[in-house]
Amino acid sequence: MEVHGELWTLKEFFVYPNEYIYWSLQIVMYPFMTGLVAGAFVLSSLYHVFGRKELKDMARFSLTFSYALLLAAPMPLLFHLQKPLRGFNVFFTPHFTSAIAAFGIVFFLYASIVASEIWFVNRKFFVESAINFRNAEGLGNRIKGFVYRVWTLGAYDISEESLKKDERAVKILAGIGIPAACFLHGYAGFIFGSVKANALWMTPLMPVIFIMSAIVSGIALCMLTYIIIMQIRKVVILRKRKPWMTSAEEVRSVEIDAIKMTSKYLIFFMVMAITLELLDLVFRGYTALKHWDILRVVIYSRDFFNIFIIQYGIGTILPLIIFLMPRLTIRRATIGLFLVLVGVFMMRWNVVIGGQAFSLTFSGYMDYILPVIPYNYDTFKEGVGGALLILFMPFFFLWILNKLIPVVDSTNRVIENK
Amino acid sequence: MNFDRREFLKAGFKTILATGFSLGAFEILRPEVLAALKKEEGIRWTFLVDTTKCIGCGMCVRACKLENEIPYEVNVSRTWVERYVMTKDGRIYADSPNAARDGFIKNDPMGTMVKKEDIDKAFFVPKLCNQCENPPCVQVCPVGATYQTPDGIVLIDRKWCIGCGYCIMACPYGVRFFHPVYKVAEKCNFCYHRINKGMKPACVDACAFGARMIGNIRDLGDPVARIIKTERTAVLKEEYGTKPHVFYIGLDSIVR
Repeated sequence: MEVHGELWTLKEFFVYPNEYIYWSLQIVMYPFMTGLVAGAFVLSSLYHVFGRKELKDMARFSLTFSYALLLAAPMPLLFHLQKPLRGFNVFFTPHFTSAIAAFGIVFFLYASIVASEIWFVNRKFFVESAINFRNAEGLGNRIKGFVYRVWTLGAYDISEESLKKDERAVKILAGIGIPAACFLHGYAGFIFGSVKANALWMTPLMPVIFIMSAIVSGIALCMLTYIIIMQIRKVVILRKRKPWMTSAEEVRSVEIDAIKMTSKYLIFFMVMAITLELLDLVFRGYTALKHWDILRVVIYSRDFFNIFIIQYGIGTILPLIIFLMPRLTIRRATIGLFLVLVGVFMMRWNVVIGGQAFSLTFSGYMDYILPVIPYNYDTFKEGVGGALLILFMPFFFLWILNKLIPVVDSTNRVIENK
Repeated sequence: MNFDRREFLKAGFKTILATGFSLGAFEILRPEVLAALKKEEGIRWTFLVDTTKCIGCGMCVRACKLENEIPYEVNVSRTWVERYVMTKDGRIYADSPNAARDGFIKNDPMGTMVKKEDIDKAFFVPKLCNQCENPPCVQVCPVGATYQTPDGIVLIDRKWCIGCGYCIMACPYGVRFFHPVYKVAEKCNFCYHRINKGMKPACVDACAFGARMIGNIRDLGDPVARIIKTERTAVLKEEYGTKPHVFYIGLDSIVR
């Protein structure tokens, strides 16, 4: 019999007997996923609130994608819990001095904002589809028709005037949504930043750092997925081109423009994120409190590769160079975006795992051995298998949403359904 | 309805008062606040460890494991004993193999054989939950499954804990772990089931040298309270503001 955490913890020097790496890969996944949610939403809001016209296509896509990510965001927590079936206790008896207790409230508040925004954005489509499918035949189409009829919520008015009102509603919701998204993720940072027992985590900068890197990762994932979807679409369109469909060349040109525009915002938030992270590091070194001795060893030697090579080198500096060099191509952008995602993931890793890399004694270390090949329930759900499953989920949800909602653009869908 | 300014201000003032009072009731009637009103009454359990008496036999750890059903072979324990060895060249060795379950029988701190004549000082420090007055573990529990009793003991509800591990992360003393059988957070509770029946905690009873003592700090006649109030004692990691209630005699600056 072993205690939870013992399977993947290697202790060195003086570590308290009960100390293990209790927060493992799924707790790395959790802020990574909520970060993607928040980032995707902020990207879509740049268009809706600040009227950045160049982001129009991207905005519609990232809004829906944000929702798909949102559905997957609580899953790492459930995988992490020792008693997942009791997860609902958080809603029954929320203990509000705990940062995690607010999760339910923040999550549902945010989910309802995103859902209603999606509804307003797609209302015209719902109404048109509901009318189209009214007398449809076949079970699939009848179910679709029913879903659309429910989704119209009885509001069939799609006059110019009411659509204007929809746009206003979207704008307001997106406006409320930005602070909500920042709150959703800032509070994930608060979960770590408020743990006074952990020398690496405890800093008031943690929520802000988390928000910035969240926006970076969200924008990057949206761009990456957008590129992939556009490429797939291009292939599909080329294969079964019909006269009323967008031509392959048009698809291509839309894509690179959107990517160039969005990458400007990406660079801005990346610079913000790295500035804050370096500020935190410099401050720790300068004040050199009691725990700095061990933190220095962890940061500059034991985790050097993870922090300075992967997170800052490959995950931040390299993509910055890629995006700042002139004549950005799709292929180069794709590589850069992938590296950005790796960098943000490693930032989460270095916070969560790095925070447990040293003992509370300040004179011992713990090494995390990532379980790759699962040999029991724990090593699956808190190993590579569980993490991959969770990474896959948002795309699965997006695929389902795409069956019912125009994820990329709405121009052809209604006609296609006829 | 027609409101002039005077009426508006009046009504507004009344509304603020009414909401204030009713919201204030939530604050006033909070169990902690009510409990604080009748402060300094009843028992406040306090532990006293005389490190100068501990010989590192590990009987306390064994007794604890048996009493509290922590599987014997698993590498976690509600209480443990640490060994500190400082050699003449200034090196500090500290360890607690298997939580000192089997006692310290060899001169091998951290696996290095240390000669007797090289040692400047060496001693043992028993550790257990500090039953903090301001427990960070209780603060961070998202479901309220861990809570503080009026007599100062922090308990865990095994039927309500979701096993998120936040409390384990929040404890600066590393006393918490996941119970290998029940899969929920677990820690020392001064053998709450025993002390409520007038018995001593298992580790106190098991200690042949009187290194571990328990008492009520609010009772002036209590020997433990007397020692804490009149002699020089210290607590662990005061800087975290947790107000621990395990006091130590003979604590050293090298103790972690």
